[in-house]
Amino acid sequence: MTGNNFAAEFRAVNYTYNKGIAYEKHAVADVSLGIERGRVTGIIGSTGSGKSTLIKMLNGLVKPDDGEVIVDGVNIWDKKVKMRDVRFKVGLVMQYPEYQLFDETVEGDIAFGPRNMGVSEGELHERVVEAAGFSGLDTALLSKSPFDLSGGQKRRAALAGVMAMRPSILVLDEPAAGLDPSGRNEILGRIKSYQRENGNTVVIVSHSMEDVAKYCDRLAVLSEGRLVACDTTENIFTEGEKLQSIGLDVPEITKVADELEKLGVGVGRDVYTVKYAAEKLIEKYALGKGRE
Amino acid sequence: MNFDVAFGQYCEGTSLLHRLDPRAKILMSLFYIVDVFLAKNVFAFAVLTAFVVFLIALSGINMKIILRGLKPVLFIMIFTAVINIFWYSGETVLVSFWIITIYLEGIYNALLIVLRVVLLIAGTSVILTYTTTPLSLTDGLERLLSPLAKIKVPVHEFALMMTIALRFIPTLIEETGKIMDAQKARGAAFTEGSLVKRVKALIPVLVPLFASSFRRADELATAMECRCYRGGKGRTRMHVLKATPVDVLAVLVIILLGVALVLINNFTGGFAIGW
Repeated sequence: MTGNNFAAEFRAVNYTYNKGIAYEKHAVADVSLGIERGRVTGIIGSTGSGKSTLIKMLNGLVKPDDGEVIVDGVNIWDKKVKMRDVRFKVGLVMQYPEYQLFDETVEGDIAFGPRNMGVSEGELHERVVEAAGFSGLDTALLSKSPFDLSGGQKRRAALAGVMAMRPSILVLDEPAAGLDPSGRNEILGRIKSYQRENGNTVVIVSHSMEDVAKYCDRLAVLSEGRLVACDTTENIFTEGEKLQSIGLDVPEITKVADELEKLGVGVGRDVYTVKYAAEKLIEKYALGKGRE
Repeated sequence: MNFDVAFGQYCEGTSLLHRLDPRAKILMSLFYIVDVFLAKNVFAFAVLTAFVVFLIALSGINMKIILRGLKPVLFIMIFTAVINIFWYSGETVLVSFWIITIYLEGIYNALLIVLRVVLLIAGTSVILTYTTTPLSLTDGLERLLSPLAKIKVPVHEFALMMTIALRFIPTLIEETGKIMDAQKARGAAFTEGSLVKRVKALIPVLVPLFASSFRRADELATAMECRCYRGGKGRTRMHVLKATPVDVLAVLVIILLGVALVLINNFTGGFAIGW
């Protein structure tokens, strides 16, 4: 056991696609990163920066060429470790998970993971209902065919399929991609509450700076397979130039705050959500001026 | 899951082989296949091997890629080799115990047969698949078969179907990998348990794969209709194929190679392959 409070940890991991032939590509290069227990960690980086490869290492879908992946203090590539146990502990929701639904009913699909875990038939239904509740899926849909659901419902069903395994670490690759704004906020909000209510660890890969600003406690920034920065969300977004130099950006509201700061009417540069900006502005300008 | 299917994958390049007319290359590989089966004795095989090595050098394709393309047929090679070693009867007995007798000739024969498979795959892939884009390949095939259109064979439609099928092979492989990963993340085990269990474990992969294939086909059809596609009639081409004397010469070289192999078979001794 290690002394730190990491639910999972990468130790100097490397991964190269198509090793040895012309199309060789260094996807992950010498990344060392700790995922703090009980928090939401966001992984951001431009397309092809190695985010997806990195999170596939967390449950052993990708084996690093060298380096170690530690989950709950155990090296997952140790011979004594059963990879399936790791996969039940680290629930991975892949990108566009709705295309992986297969069972005749939504219930059967959600139960696939727990059934593989060896959960008893009696407990299965309870787990399915709980997971459906967590992901915001109407329980009336459980008896339907997954192919009859709408896009947003399918996404929720797929999410529930991983949550039903009750993973202590939930890893999601672009969970909100392609959803409308309300669906986006709802799904991300529910993922956040999975962390808040049960003290679970969550890792979210995202392209949306707004989303990670709103939901993540800590951010890891990847560029061309390398870890550029890993810090609290505030600290990451105060270094806007650095993010822009690797093809990322800061939330729009942070830019607004920056401009306000330049005009001398700002509320600090650590602003990265609209809610926080509003609070700060009210605090600075509206309080004590007779507003309700 | 390792899905590195290199056999039949285009490798970019600008060599003479890359630049040849696809029609010439299709004919070349057809004649080349005949050539491989014409080679009978060790000297003929030596000439053929030298020729293939020359082609690989000419194409500038990395040897590793060629070897990787041979991996899928490794099992067939080993299987035929083993069968030949045990069942071939010759004159020089090497080992003999119980009901098994291994002859020196059996080993020679096994080696030549393995070499034949290697040459067959390495040669055709370097002449055709590694050096020709799938698009120009079907283009060439369509032009080669175009006389058949006169007797109402839907050549253009066949070519289009082939283009689409080829185009979607990598997509499907990628998709399969993704779905398998997703189901593995939910604890699916594809490499454990009895055969029945393993086949059953594939259902969660095949169902989404079929679903997405139908969806893709539907989207493709819509996209084609949006661009007013209505079959091959009256269609002109962006790249018109033009055969040059070099193309004709290249085909002739392969034919002459066959003639040379027959002559070598007849006028030199050495061990000759059984079948």
